Amino acid sequence: MHLLNSDSAKDRLRGADLKSGSAVPQIFADGRLPPPSMDHLDELEAQSIYILREAFARLKKLALLWSLGKDSNVMIWLARKAFFGRVPFPALHVDTGKKFPEMYTFRDRFGKEWDLDLKIEPCPPIDAVDPTLPPAARSAARKTEGLKWALTKYGFDGLIAGIRRDEEATRAKERVFSPRGLEGGWDVRDQPPEFWDQFNASPPPGAHLRIHPILHWTEADIWAYTKRENIPIIPLYLSKDGKRYRSLGDQDITNPVASTASSIDEILTELDGTKVPERAGRALDHETEDAFERLRVAGYL
Amino acid sequence: MNMILPTAVSATPNGTTRPQVRIVIVGHVDHGKSTLVGRLLHETGSLPEGKLEMLKAVSARRGMPFEWSFLLDALQTERDQGITIDTTQIRFRTRSRDVVLIDAPGHAEFLRNMITGASQADGAVLIIDALEGVRDQTRRHGYLLHLLGIKQVAIVVNKMDRVDFSADRFKEISDEISAHLTDLGVTPSAVVPISARDGDGVAEHTARIAWYRGPTVVEALDALEPARPLEQLALRLPVQAIYKFDDRRIVAGRIESGHLSAGDEIVIMPAGKIAKIKTVESWPVTPLKGSHGAGRSVGITLDRELFIERGDVIAHAGATPRDTRRIRARIFWLHDKPLSKGDQILIRLGTRESRASVVAIEKAVDPGELSNEETKAIARNHVGEIDISLAQPIAADPYQDNPRTGRLVIEVNGRIAGGGLVLSVDAGQRAVPIDIVPVESALRPEERSARYRHNGAVVWLTGLPGSGKSTLARALERRLFSRGGSPILLDGDTLRAGLNGDLGFSAQDRTENIRRLAEVATHLARNGHIAVVAAVSPSADDRAAARRIADNSFREIYVATPAEVCESRDPKGHYAKARAGTLQAFTGIGNDYQPPARAELSIDTSAKTVSDATDEIERMLAETGILFDELVDLAANI
Repeated sequence: MHLLNSDSAKDRLRGADLKSGSAVPQIFADGRLPPPSMDHLDELEAQSIYILREAFARLKKLALLWSLGKDSNVMIWLARKAFFGRVPFPALHVDTGKKFPEMYTFRDRFGKEWDLDLKIEPCPPIDAVDPTLPPAARSAARKTEGLKWALTKYGFDGLIAGIRRDEEATRAKERVFSPRGLEGGWDVRDQPPEFWDQFNASPPPGAHLRIHPILHWTEADIWAYTKRENIPIIPLYLSKDGKRYRSLGDQDITNPVASTASSIDEILTELDGTKVPERAGRALDHETEDAFERLRVAGYL
Repeated sequence: MNMILPTAVSATPNGTTRPQVRIVIVGHVDHGKSTLVGRLLHETGSLPEGKLEMLKAVSARRGMPFEWSFLLDALQTERDQGITIDTTQIRFRTRSRDVVLIDAPGHAEFLRNMITGASQADGAVLIIDALEGVRDQTRRHGYLLHLLGIKQVAIVVNKMDRVDFSADRFKEISDEISAHLTDLGVTPSAVVPISARDGDGVAEHTARIAWYRGPTVVEALDALEPARPLEQLALRLPVQAIYKFDDRRIVAGRIESGHLSAGDEIVIMPAGKIAKIKTVESWPVTPLKGSHGAGRSVGITLDRELFIERGDVIAHAGATPRDTRRIRARIFWLHDKPLSKGDQILIRLGTRESRASVVAIEKAVDPGELSNEETKAIARNHVGEIDISLAQPIAADPYQDNPRTGRLVIEVNGRIAGGGLVLSVDAGQRAVPIDIVPVESALRPEERSARYRHNGAVVWLTGLPGSGKSTLARALERRLFSRGGSPILLDGDTLRAGLNGDLGFSAQDRTENIRRLAEVATHLARNGHIAVVAAVSPSADDRAAARRIADNSFREIYVATPAEVCESRDPKGHYAKARAGTLQAFTGIGNDYQPPARAELSIDTSAKTVSDATDEIERMLAETGILFDELVDLAANI
């Protein structure tokens, strides 16, 4: 039978007989109540989930880079939301072996608690890295090498990374789906167009994509969301003896900043007034004007 | 305990719930975009500590006078060339809101980057050099703002110091650009005279522009509104994926417009299948109650099992998008090679991708010049209208009805090469969706399997012509029937004589042939029969589609008889005709057969008797839960 039943006919006419000039300011076509509006964090979350699902749908072999920091923890949380509880691809920790003990404790606990398919990959010794880089950048470049090893070993065609535009000027130029060359390099001069949430997801054979689901978040967004969602954090982010870490990297090239913020609320208040850049404690950003850019072109995050 | 597990807190975080508006700054190269951004950051007190001093030091070291634009030109390549090559984003705050400024490159060579930046914006500032006036890139950017759907545009006339702050010169430029934009349907919200270098008109009115009464740049930015989510329009939920991580079958996607709730009656387009939303799933709390609106990424379950895939669009009954194979679009083109009539392209609309060809081109023009219309090709950085014929039906809306499902991008060789707005869609040939009301069988599946001693299945035999598919299929049919089952043979050639009589042997028709076979077979399988399909089905993609349609009931058997054996058998005389050149598009003597990589079973009929091969199939069906050997097994399966 192909006849309309009376219920669906009525459905289609709902709202049509409302008089214009009614006291109701907005008439919804189908008469249903409007949904609760989204706040800023809801919008960020929805966009990130969309990106994660696009990556999962369009790439064959994904991994999520878990650096154990606040950003990648938010990212794992978002992935669990996107895929209804469990991250359906490996979490890759490229381990320099020089992280803070608190970070390793965190990794071992939440790798299990969050049911992650955790892959830990070592980095090569410092001698294997470009000797012309300044010392801290050279040390950080080990991670780029470790990443290349992991890429070769597993054959990932997509790596999900938790970088943000507001962190650093070169990161502000990133695409959400960012193609990398065969050597993992970033060709900033020839980035493809990306608009309307349509992504370039066809890396040439052997190359891979970086996917940046939280590119549009800020440092304050990360903290506000961490608080709202009750996401666990490493205590080094909170003030101890007048100092705290705003960003966590290797122990020997990361310094704390002066701060009295001992809770997420206090961090948010502090960020509201600060003009000190987030990566101020990261030595490698300050060695020479272009050290960070050189690292990124070579495949650093 | 070394970790911090924050307890639930209810306070709204500071600084993150303020309205946020994203504004792109566009205009001709060297008209002062980056300078304006640098100045805005300074005037609003948004610069990181030490940044200005560092850049002044860098300038001094390089022996150059300090420029505000250095603030943004963080990449060395840009400093060397003195132009912005890619979009960058900078945040600052005004009294009432957070502003994300998107600095887009003005150089024609980097138009793709300008589009990347501008597409993310709620509003735009178009900057014009007072001395140079409106240039080609000014017009081009104005036109692209219109194509990107950005309706809020403020004009800034910069470098007023170069024209001695002349009110006449300002009016001249203001009139010219306003007329140009109005023609495109864009009304400027303000036209502001400034000197970005000196600061006049940026955050303050100065004596030098005393004749100007309108808003400053900062005030004009404050007047641009964040784009609103499209909740008032009809529901559009493009499907991103179907997840079966556990016993739920979750349809995931982002609501592009409208809203939905559990219990809603929905139509899945373009196929027009109907269902009801059973639940709205989430994590960590699930299921969710209430209504969910535009902008949300959701997951829903449906009240019935039906074939749904990435690219489908979920809508409410009575307010569906059109299903079409034909679209007219107004597009911008970014690829080096011009887009020409007859070109094969890939279209992405929502989450759907479809191969397509360009049927016609009209009104192709350089938006910087707006003259010399072409009808053969659209050159790089030009715009035009095109008619597109799609390889498969898609769900779409005209842009006027729904901006989100009314826009598309074009991909060439895996890279985005253009994009634009859907001007119109031709209705498909399909029946009106609401007429389709699937009637469920009166029998429960277990009633049938109890009688047949098997579950429903689609047994798909693929292989070269002459490989023995039909022979095996007939033997299997006899075997299953003898043990009390209900097999039904679906032979490719037999169906081509009737149901598929309208189809030929082009790639497109072969795809449709397989789709119909799979749909019929799946219907039989759902009703407890074992559909035995014998079809060459050379394309791996087509077979993958068949597997998606039949889902868990699909069993693929690769009849892997060597090609020379197949040709020597030649039961229908096809190889001979193909060799003689009298049979075109014949799979067998070319290399166009794509063998399955993950078939449930592979059989070489040159090395086995028909009876042995049939045993093997029967064993596979038993091992994969289709056949029940013993009645006790049946009990376990109910």
